Amino acid sequence: MATKASRPGRTLIIFGMVLAVVYGGVALGGNWKPKLGLDLQGGTRITLEASTATGDDVTPEKLEEAAGIIDSRVNGSGVAEAEVATQGNRNIIVEIPGENRKDLVDVVKQTAQLRFRLVAATGLGRPAPQQSPQPSPSANGSESPEQSPAADASPAEGSSPSESGTPLGRAISRGLVKADEVAPQEKKKGKQASGQPTADSTVTPLPEPAPAGGAAASGAPVDQPLRWMRNPGNEWIQKFNEFTCPAAGESAAPVKDVKNQPLLTCDENGIKYLLSASMIEGTQLSDANAGIPQQQVQWVVDLSFDRSARQTFADVTTQLAGTGEQFAIVLDGSVISAPTVIQPITGGNAQITGDFSQEEAQTLANSLRYGALPLKFTAPVVSEEGPSLASDQLSAGIWAGVIGLAIVLVYCLIYYRGLGLVVFASLMVAAAAVYATVLIMSEAIGFTLTLPGIAGLIVAVGITADSFIVYFERIRDEMRDGKSMRVAVEAGWIRARTTCLAADAVSLLAAVVLFIFAIGVVKGFAFALGLSTIIDVIVFFFFTKPMVSWLAKFEFFNTGHKLSGLDAENLGLDRLPGVRRTRTAGGEA
Amino acid sequence: MGKVSRLGNALYEGRVSIDFVGRRYVWYAMSAVIVIVAVSGLWFKGLNMGIEFEGGVEYRVAMPAGQANQQAVEDIRDAVVDTGIDAASAPIVNTSGTDNIRVQTEPVTNDEATEISEAIKAAAGVQTADISQDAIGPTWGKQVAQRALVGLGVFTVLVVLFIWADFREWKMSVAALVALAHDVVITVGVYALSGFEVTPATVTGVLTILGFSLYDTVVVFDKVRENTKGLGRTRQTYRQAANLAVNQTLVRSINTSVVALLPVGALLYAGVVTLGSGALKDLALALFVGMAAGAYSSIFIATPLLVQLKELEPGVRQGDARAMVRAKHDADRFAAVPVYTDNMPIGQEPDGQPEPSHDDVEESERAVPAATRTPRYTAGERPASRPVSDSPAAKRAQPSRKPRSQRGKK
Repeated sequence: MATKASRPGRTLIIFGMVLAVVYGGVALGGNWKPKLGLDLQGGTRITLEASTATGDDVTPEKLEEAAGIIDSRVNGSGVAEAEVATQGNRNIIVEIPGENRKDLVDVVKQTAQLRFRLVAATGLGRPAPQQSPQPSPSANGSESPEQSPAADASPAEGSSPSESGTPLGRAISRGLVKADEVAPQEKKKGKQASGQPTADSTVTPLPEPAPAGGAAASGAPVDQPLRWMRNPGNEWIQKFNEFTCPAAGESAAPVKDVKNQPLLTCDENGIKYLLSASMIEGTQLSDANAGIPQQQVQWVVDLSFDRSARQTFADVTTQLAGTGEQFAIVLDGSVISAPTVIQPITGGNAQITGDFSQEEAQTLANSLRYGALPLKFTAPVVSEEGPSLASDQLSAGIWAGVIGLAIVLVYCLIYYRGLGLVVFASLMVAAAAVYATVLIMSEAIGFTLTLPGIAGLIVAVGITADSFIVYFERIRDEMRDGKSMRVAVEAGWIRARTTCLAADAVSLLAAVVLFIFAIGVVKGFAFALGLSTIIDVIVFFFFTKPMVSWLAKFEFFNTGHKLSGLDAENLGLDRLPGVRRTRTAGGEA
Repeated sequence: MGKVSRLGNALYEGRVSIDFVGRRYVWYAMSAVIVIVAVSGLWFKGLNMGIEFEGGVEYRVAMPAGQANQQAVEDIRDAVVDTGIDAASAPIVNTSGTDNIRVQTEPVTNDEATEISEAIKAAAGVQTADISQDAIGPTWGKQVAQRALVGLGVFTVLVVLFIWADFREWKMSVAALVALAHDVVITVGVYALSGFEVTPATVTGVLTILGFSLYDTVVVFDKVRENTKGLGRTRQTYRQAANLAVNQTLVRSINTSVVALLPVGALLYAGVVTLGSGALKDLALALFVGMAAGAYSSIFIATPLLVQLKELEPGVRQGDARAMVRAKHDADRFAAVPVYTDNMPIGQEPDGQPEPSHDDVEESERAVPAATRTPRYTAGERPASRPVSDSPAAKRAQPSRKPRSQRGKK
């Protein structure tokens, strides 16, 4: 007998240890319940279908960018734990657990609006209790959600927009330079003598809006952004003073971003802005990239505008260059960057410098690119699961699983008797392994268990049990051929192994194809099916087989006890091969 | 139990044999009838596409226990119609499962959907948490269907390649594919005739059937391959060996199908009785029908077809001819001895019976003629009395035994 086969006990122990280690890992994670899908816990699921206005293909990168933006949009609107994922080549799935949030459909569906506006005034948008110039993340978290709104309207802060001269945040500490001839030009023409990006982060005083009253009361016409910026009029200054940003961590109420109207908004650091009507649309931006220019160490973001925007941009930058007046890049009504202009930019290529980290630079570049991306979304599927129905579905799924498992076990016990115990143990071990894997998957790659997923697991019970049936039938066939139980176990194994591998390969193939080509919730079904098929193979090789080999050492099985499932009668034989004394036969030579 | 086991053993040894391969035209005819019914159902009745394909809004209302009755359905229908929304002027309202009511309307806008939802809530007297809602745009189904078709195509190609790689036999691929198509057509036909709703979950179910049907077929073919491997040295024809394989795996096939259908049945029960509708029911139903068809087709369609295809091969034919000669020889060892009687005219052979044709093996086995004789062959014409196997020597077939003249000399 082969040495391998003679040590089934060792394999069993190793397998048990591996399973224990896996569960140890799960215990460390401390999460004993898999993440449930929306159909099992209730919530809203919005499926978006992307298309381009130009009829171009939707590339995966564009879709990823869009998903990122939508993610920040959804999570920015006060929803906890919303998940945004791409699916297939043109779908984005937004899942919002808990309360029904159909109202979010419009929010996620809207096309990203990237606009370039001029900054008329900036100010502290929310009360800063400790007057910390740059709210640290911890300060953000600890801040009570809503300070008394009255505090914002305090005259000290509100009356003069130009008071924003405190170094508030990064957004204003950036310079916009001409990209073509960056370094030398900057030194010659740039206002900052050194041309160092850090120099930009000095206070950039905003021009005082014309004092209240008199000619300024009405302000310059809104449709002339450059003039309006310097003279927005009392009405807008009044609005600006009354405007407050939501407290840190709070959801920003969606700002209505109208193209040819001034805009009052905030950036993520709680600085409020009064912005002119849009100068340039995001779609006029042809490219944006983050990088480190040669011979420099700081990250910058390169922008280039298409032909239609070049002249406008040149005019604006000529006007703004050196004055310290700002320019705001607004994505979805929120300021993502507000650079000053260091020099006029006529070629259509600009560079935003500043004290960026790599991540910041890339995020900004992505946002800019997304703005240049004319992706349109429709929401072909919006489904809401009421929590009570969802819990019905969960319990129905679990019950179906329990019942399915139970009747399979009963069937196997009746048919295979003693060997049925092996089926029982194997199915239990497989169930334990599948559960552990699901837990790990939901930690590691965010796998959520949906109703179709549960269905997949239940259906897989059949596949798993089938491997055992193939094996047991083989053992019986070998015994009918005249082999003793212990030999038949090994001989049957060799044949059953190939059959099972071929059959499981087919089943895995089906699961993978399904997973790739299915859309919607049924993906979970394919995933569960594939997962259980793999686990079936593992359990079959490292648990069931050693277990049967091990059991073959017991007299109960190898002499064909009536309840072992391998007795003569059960096999339809008169006498078991390899067994000297049958239990009934008395006389024997 | 005992009897079943006896039968199992008898099937294994071939003492009891169901002639799956020989009676193939019976099975073919049965399948043909079923397939024709299925296809005509599909043609004349069409599929009942769910709202996922047509577009629309579906509400599912979890009613308090025992209140999902006809009265509640009427109330809700009236309430929905009373909203005055055009698209909801003819809602489909029905009970689903024990405690659920389902409402379907044409596609509506977001605000209208909320309005209808409120109306339902008021009419049914339930909370917001008790209502689930699916709003599906009209283009969605197209995308689902398109991807399903692509998936079907890719899977088919992969399966052909897989079987060909595993079994080294394209004929097995063909037979397996025919069985697959058979199962899918029957499943789709059941949907058409019964009017069950087709949803993306159904489509997934149908795609899963492909895997299952193939799984069954692979197991049977595996046994066929094993049985026909050393065929040249046995007294079996290809057909007999294949038939024996089917008989030997019959117990397993039945067990497997039962074991696979039991959990799916549990799912179906949970899906239909408890939940009434939704992904669970659609998946389970498609799987149930498809698995049953799959178990049938791998035995009754795939294997006979494989045998038919194989019997077209000259090599297999020759092997079969040899096997039959041997079988006949074994049946009556003295049959070939000519019986000479007195006064027989010279040149006349005793009881010259024609060689039975190969096709009626069954008959010839039943009644082996008392005296058949091997026809005389001229040199070179006579079929080898034993199979010749490929050997590397001289790159051509060599007899596997030494010639008589060299036998026994050591």
